[in-house]
Amino acid sequence: MVNGQVVLITGASRGIGREIALTFARNGAKVVVNYSGSEGKAQAVVDEIIADGGEAIKIKANVSKEEEVKAMVKETIKTFGSLDVLVNNAGITRDNLLMRMSEADFDDVIDINLKGVFLCTKAVTRQMMKQKSGRIINVSSVVGVSGNPGQANYVSAKAGVIGLTKTTAKELAARNILVNAIAPGFISTDMTDKLTEEQREQMLALIPLNKLGEAKDVANVALFLASEQSNYITGQTIQVDGGMVM
Amino acid sequence: MADTFEKVKQIVVDRLDVDEDKVTLEASFKDDLEADSLDVVELVMELEDEFDLEIADEEAEKIATVGDAVNYIDSKQ
Repeated sequence: MVNGQVVLITGASRGIGREIALTFARNGAKVVVNYSGSEGKAQAVVDEIIADGGEAIKIKANVSKEEEVKAMVKETIKTFGSLDVLVNNAGITRDNLLMRMSEADFDDVIDINLKGVFLCTKAVTRQMMKQKSGRIINVSSVVGVSGNPGQANYVSAKAGVIGLTKTTAKELAARNILVNAIAPGFISTDMTDKLTEEQREQMLALIPLNKLGEAKDVANVALFLASEQSNYITGQTIQVDGGMVM
Repeated sequence: MADTFEKVKQIVVDRLDVDEDKVTLEASFKDDLEADSLDVVELVMELEDEFDLEIADEEAEKIATVGDAVNYIDSKQ
């Protein structure tokens, strides 16, 4: 489905990003595993892909720093000769009730989860415009649609990503660059492991399919959005949430 | 200057698919050469590659006519 395509995945050392990297590699893509802090884990993803007969490299970059993002995109193109798919997945949480949320906690989450998407998108656009094709897949969250107590910063960023997805889709449609978002619900990862038992139970009660999602459920949708099977879809947000928000 | 103009003209003709005689120094990309905003961004990218220079976003925004592009490029050569 994505055989021979070059895919850059931000925040790919863990969780959903890791699963997206492995899924694309299994389907023949050349994968760039971006990471910010977890070098060992990023290397493990690269090693796993290579052991499986695939192609991958890791590149360190903080997605909220324009210079680092530009250098990452440059290195990707230098290494693999093109850039066909960008998956904006990098994200952090700094949960707290609004009344207790510090300005720094708000800024940090907006910087990585929203500004990071803007910077990475901007950096790859030139190459994709030249190629007259490209796919940008933004990992938002279902809470960006529904809201969620304790996540004012995260929800603001994820809702922002949905708006950014729509605008980017409209601006780049004329150059055959398709831009969509995925809004995962409650997916079992390191990030959701941090939630309290109470939060977890409350959320499960809200999921019609009555179970957590797996990272591969999200990765499969990312694969679809990068493939020819989604040629007529742009500007959309696809919820992968077991029916949690309708 | 004349040399730069000829090169720019060729890129504009190729990129925007317009007649050569329409590409004058005074010609505005958007008004006279029927380029949309994205076309202009793309054109600037191509000029950067052709002349091996980096045009900052703030500078790129000021490029409205063929002459603007030629002058900018000459000022950097």
